[in-house]
Amino acid sequence: MKMRKNNKRNKKRLHSNRNKEIIVLSSVFSCVFCIMIVYLCLYVKNNEMELMNNSYNARQAILASENTRGTIFDRNGEKLAYTANNGETETRVYPYENLFSHVIGYSTKDKTGIEQLTNYYLINSNIPLSEKVENDIAQVKNPGNNVYTTLDTKLQQVVYDSLGIYKSACVVTNVKTGEVLAMVSKPDFNPNTIVQDWDKYVEEEQTKKSSVLLNRVTQGIYPPGSTFKIVTTLEYLKENNESVEGYSFDCNGRFSLGDTKIQCYHGSVHGNEDFYKAFAKSCNSAFASIGVGLDRNAYGDTLDKLLFNKELPLDINYTKSVLKVDDTVTDDEMIQISIGQGKAQITPMHMNMITCAIANGGVLMKPRFINSILSANGTVIEKNSDEEYGQLMTKAESDALTELMVGVVNEGTAQKLKSDNYQAAGKTGSAEYNGVKEDSHAWFTGFAPADEPEIAVTIIIEGIGSGGDYAAPIAKRIFDAYFTQ
Amino acid sequence: MLAYLTALSKYFILILMVFYTIEALTVVFFNRKSNAVFIRQEIYLFFIQFFAYATICLKSGKIDYLFFYAILQLVIFSVIVLYQTIYPGIDKGLLNNLTLLLSLGFIILTRLDFSKAVKQLIIASVSLTLSFFVPTLIRHLSLLRRLKWLYVSLGLACLSVVLILGQVTNGSKIFYTVAGITIQPSEFVKVIFVFAVAALLYHKKRFSTYVVSAVIAALHVLILVASRDLGSALIFFVTYMAMLFVASKNYLYLAMGMLAGSGAAYAAGKLFTHVQVRVQAFLDPFSVIDKEGFQITQSLFAVACGGFWGTGLMKGVPEDIPYVESDFIFSAIAEEMGVIVAVCMLLVCVFCFLTFMKTAMVIRDSYYRLVAVGFGVMYIFQVFLTVGGGIKFIPLTGVTLPLVSYGGSSVLVSIVIFAIVQGIILRAKDEADNEAEDEEEDLYEDEEE
Repeated sequence: MKMRKNNKRNKKRLHSNRNKEIIVLSSVFSCVFCIMIVYLCLYVKNNEMELMNNSYNARQAILASENTRGTIFDRNGEKLAYTANNGETETRVYPYENLFSHVIGYSTKDKTGIEQLTNYYLINSNIPLSEKVENDIAQVKNPGNNVYTTLDTKLQQVVYDSLGIYKSACVVTNVKTGEVLAMVSKPDFNPNTIVQDWDKYVEEEQTKKSSVLLNRVTQGIYPPGSTFKIVTTLEYLKENNESVEGYSFDCNGRFSLGDTKIQCYHGSVHGNEDFYKAFAKSCNSAFASIGVGLDRNAYGDTLDKLLFNKELPLDINYTKSVLKVDDTVTDDEMIQISIGQGKAQITPMHMNMITCAIANGGVLMKPRFINSILSANGTVIEKNSDEEYGQLMTKAESDALTELMVGVVNEGTAQKLKSDNYQAAGKTGSAEYNGVKEDSHAWFTGFAPADEPEIAVTIIIEGIGSGGDYAAPIAKRIFDAYFTQ
Repeated sequence: MLAYLTALSKYFILILMVFYTIEALTVVFFNRKSNAVFIRQEIYLFFIQFFAYATICLKSGKIDYLFFYAILQLVIFSVIVLYQTIYPGIDKGLLNNLTLLLSLGFIILTRLDFSKAVKQLIIASVSLTLSFFVPTLIRHLSLLRRLKWLYVSLGLACLSVVLILGQVTNGSKIFYTVAGITIQPSEFVKVIFVFAVAALLYHKKRFSTYVVSAVIAALHVLILVASRDLGSALIFFVTYMAMLFVASKNYLYLAMGMLAGSGAAYAAGKLFTHVQVRVQAFLDPFSVIDKEGFQITQSLFAVACGGFWGTGLMKGVPEDIPYVESDFIFSAIAEEMGVIVAVCMLLVCVFCFLTFMKTAMVIRDSYYRLVAVGFGVMYIFQVFLTVGGGIKFIPLTGVTLPLVSYGGSSVLVSIVIFAIVQGIILRAKDEADNEAEDEEEDLYEDEEE
């Protein structure tokens, strides 16, 4: 009997030994399934919104048949876009017509701008289940969620009017919060009639290259001209202990190195100057000589730090600014880049983000368009708070740049921006394009008040002339409007 | 009131499904065998179907669906009652899981295409009736392990017939029509293949045996590759590797097999454009959303946009996915019943697999141990292929989700496989009883040496 028991125990051991491979197989497949389930949950959590917005997804149409698209408001509760229902048909109404054409965008012919950005929320309805059931019984659609933007209609109107009929772009942002207050791109269009006008715009784009539908603020890519001296100065500060003291240059109106010759704008001769004067007067010769003397690899690093060649922290469609500088760049190219010509290209929005960082002690706040999203009965679905993107430069560097930019307004090229109500800081630019000296885009980028900055304004007007003459006065109208509010 | 019912039913279904899964988990991991657990599971199952069909009927306003529901309910409960009466020793947890998976399939099929649901119910009823005989056969017919050459020749013949005469669908030869009925022979060969490999491997542990079995398995796989039925080829390959691994207990063979498999997959990727297309559609489906990526992106839309709670039955558009009822049934369930329900269903599939594997561990008879391992791995790997493909976890292969997907051959074979495993469970019980009585077990031991 005892022997038999022993025998049995032995057999049991043998038994478990023989099962090891089965346990291995079971464990492997169980683990694979656990990983797959985790993957599935994460995928759904992270991609629901993006996939819902895909134009190949028919589920948008289902939501549209169940819910009325929500309303888009400005920061003060003005309706910027809403859906009107006259019995049978629904129409998307943009009461301000052309005023918000690019930034709000449209939802009727594909989707762009904030209509696209917040599409998922607008087509969903988060009203309580009981109300949904009531609506279902009454055969009425559920009201979609409402979007409260950061935009300011009054300021947008001022910007819109100031830009006049020119091909131009302007963006106004709050430097401390990243809120976009106004964004205008011209030529514009009427989103109410976009479906009817569509073919015309597409045709114009092909024949006249007029690109009405392009949001020039975020997608227009321009030579930065002298506004780029901010970048060159930043690199100079980095290589000279964050100070511009002790610099001097004798400007005779031109600078040449080898075969490269450049001139100061309109052939001005600035004479003997320190860094402040060179920056304020936007002396090309001085900056060309500074530029060739800078460490080109370090210059490239500074560009990367300023978000060149990188994705911008921006939620709407934009174009990346691409500019690579390293020690393979020739002297000739370097001279052009230091004064914002040649290969240098940037979008107005990107320029505005660099300006915001200078105004905010070197810290860039992530630009945002949305303050909150509420359901039709007022429950908060999403509340956006200010989000720090990162430190683009040190506090000392941003202070030094601010001082230089104040000089531009007080003694330099942006004197038209002088005001008793506030002290602005900025930089103008006259960016030459297609090689013709007389043709230049007028740039201005800056902020105010210089000591306690609130807003940053970036303007470009295509092909009109110098920044100081054309862009700075528009900036003044915008600052005036903001500070007298 | 009715409006509330349709709005809330998805939450009811979800809660019931979670309860069911928790009970199923305790059955598999803690060996609970009290009847109360199984009866509770059956009650959950009843209410899941009740709420699902209530929603479908109310939303569609069609009375036909009510009749269908009544018949389905009758079929499901006859199966549960009859099985338990005829075979008191079967694994009730596995039986419940089988009926749950079938029910989920019927719910979503009714919603997708009612005529297909009706067809599927007829086939499933016939299959279930046939399956009543299977456990007895497995229990008493010891002849089965001696027919290895019959299995091999039958399996290879069936596959060859499809390769030569099969109709071409989407570039693959998978179906064969005989007497007006379209069948998918590779499904039937799955059963034969597992029996064949087990018969080849179970008693002799010699290198030459492994070589012979490898050649025969490779022949099956190659014919399937030639028919461009890559999903089945992969399933046969992995099943063979698992069975060889358990029979030989040799990690080296496993490693060599995996290496050979990876090499073959790489070669297939280089040689076949239809493989390249699948891989491309897997890596970046949105760049080819118009063509190769259409199916997978539609599936992803369905899964992601239903969210964790689902849209509710009849409120999504899973019918936008091409071949949703056969290859993407999981995505349809995830969209309308919610990712949580879909995950519960996956867990139930894993529990079925673990029951198969547990059976393999318990049974002393090495032939049926290999059969149980073969079916277990075959089943779970097929689930992995179809679900993983549908959620872009792995490239798409286009195989069915056993018991849930539409497809007569698939559902018949899946039901038979579950019945075979029930038979093996009964056999294991007999073994245990015999062991208690005398030492007959030595017979099996000898057979193994």
